[in-house]
Amino acid sequence: MKRGLFQSTAVTLIFWLCMSALTLLPVWWMFLVSVKSRADLFGKPSFLVDTAKMTWANYAEVLSNPSFQKYMINSLIIATSNAVLVSVLALLAAYAMSRFRLVGRDNIFFWVLTNRMAPPAVFLLPLFLMFTAVKIGDWSLFDSRIGLILLYCVFNLPFAFWLLQGIVDAIPKELDEAAYVDGASTFTVLRTVIFPLARPGLAVTGILTWVFAWNEYLFASTLTSVEARTITTGLAEFVTVTGTNWGQLAAVAMLTLAPAALVLALVQRHIVAGLTFGAVKG
Amino acid sequence: MRNSTTGWLLIAPTLFILFITGFVPFIYVLVVSFFDWNTFAQNPEPTFTGADNFRELVFDKAFLKSIWLTLKFTAFVLISQLVIGLFLARMLLRNVPLKGLFRTIHTLPLMIAPIAVGATWRLLTVPGLGPIPHYLKSWFGIDYILSRFPDQAFATVVIMDIWHWTPLVTLTLMAGLSNLPEEPLEQARIDGASEWRIFWDITLAFLKPVLLTTIFIRLMDALRTVDEVWMLTGGGPGAETRFIGLHIWRVVFPKTDYGYGSAMSLITLYLTIVMCWLLYVAMTGMKENKA
Repeated sequence: MKRGLFQSTAVTLIFWLCMSALTLLPVWWMFLVSVKSRADLFGKPSFLVDTAKMTWANYAEVLSNPSFQKYMINSLIIATSNAVLVSVLALLAAYAMSRFRLVGRDNIFFWVLTNRMAPPAVFLLPLFLMFTAVKIGDWSLFDSRIGLILLYCVFNLPFAFWLLQGIVDAIPKELDEAAYVDGASTFTVLRTVIFPLARPGLAVTGILTWVFAWNEYLFASTLTSVEARTITTGLAEFVTVTGTNWGQLAAVAMLTLAPAALVLALVQRHIVAGLTFGAVKG
Repeated sequence: MRNSTTGWLLIAPTLFILFITGFVPFIYVLVVSFFDWNTFAQNPEPTFTGADNFRELVFDKAFLKSIWLTLKFTAFVLISQLVIGLFLARMLLRNVPLKGLFRTIHTLPLMIAPIAVGATWRLLTVPGLGPIPHYLKSWFGIDYILSRFPDQAFATVVIMDIWHWTPLVTLTLMAGLSNLPEEPLEQARIDGASEWRIFWDITLAFLKPVLLTTIFIRLMDALRTVDEVWMLTGGGPGAETRFIGLHIWRVVFPKTDYGYGSAMSLITLYLTIVMCWLLYVAMTGMKENKA
């Protein structure tokens, strides 16, 4: 069979170099905007860094802005708490599904997954009304970090549940049976047998759910007002409130996407399986 | 199998949280959709009105338009992403130096927050600042102003979504392609079938389950696109990119029309389920045919 010019390695290499440039270009452009001063923003676009005029002032300004600091801390707390909560609960649930005979097992599994599939916009109103209704003294679930931490379970818990299910199923039953014979309690088995063996899977679960929680916008924007706002809602505010400060907008956007980009290499093999409910293994 | 009470105790917290965050809101929205309830109206208390909200919806031009736009957007992005993704998957399966790096770079958009994707594309398209309007003007003499031309806004939203989500299609189809059985392909080649015929009749046939799964996932996500569009166009110009999620948000929050918004949410949920169900039936039907 003859290999045409189009199929040669050189052409493929050039093709992928161009594709990679195309993929990176929007993000690269944003980075360029984020290191420009306001005076240099407009004019003929250039895709190179002008090292003489390059400035970190936008980042400095954003990072020293108290309300932005609060957004960032909120996002960190919410994403981290949610990832930990979800990983722990999902590990317990996955263990229960894997080792105990539960009535309606398949229905439970399916119902849990449907929670992930529902369009979030549909549930904005009931959630808003529920959140504002829950009040203890001065404290309200609306505009609280706890509210978002719990709510993000609706999309992260099914995902973590599904991911850990496969991991717990792969741990040989004989191992925990042996521990039970030695008189260990369920909790001890979970702690000393299941947890250490599921650790790599838990790490992937934790990282991906962290990223999903960090990236969430719609719920955060409707269910918080001042105190519990996250970095994604802060980013959206930039456009509506101070729409002209493009440099700072770009800096915030860079900070928003940075953590996801940083862990990309670590979890990239699992992203596809993660986004397709394991229907396709990456 | 061990005592199932312990099992139920272990799974209970998960079920409880999902019950509160997933099931209760659904019941809530179902109940409210049968009421007339607008906190800014003369009568701010909910009043039961039966199916009035739904009757009104059928003739609501703005709602129908947002559904039509969402479906149009979904059709455009699905078809483009499948074609481009299939092509890229085949290109990525070739032996080429730096393959792992290319793959990682190609995966990057999937991890970026949708709201940041919107911000990225906004910076590319702002008149005077972004390179897209600049080069369209200086090379082709095209005036590119998102806030003025609906077609440009719609096209940009589609292209943004293609940039954001094609990698998912590429990676799933790549997984599918790398699991293809070798034998039928070899046999067809020996029989002298053209590459094009092999691709249509064999590759695509074996790829069908993965293809349908990919379509299913992308369909679900495309139907609920909100964040990036909100950031890029704000639904504008006018209501020309106001997809269903954005439309519901507008009815529910700035207008506080709770009853009507709930009915709208329910219909949207219903449409999503019907579309996914149809696809699911197609998928399972396919599997039975194979068995």
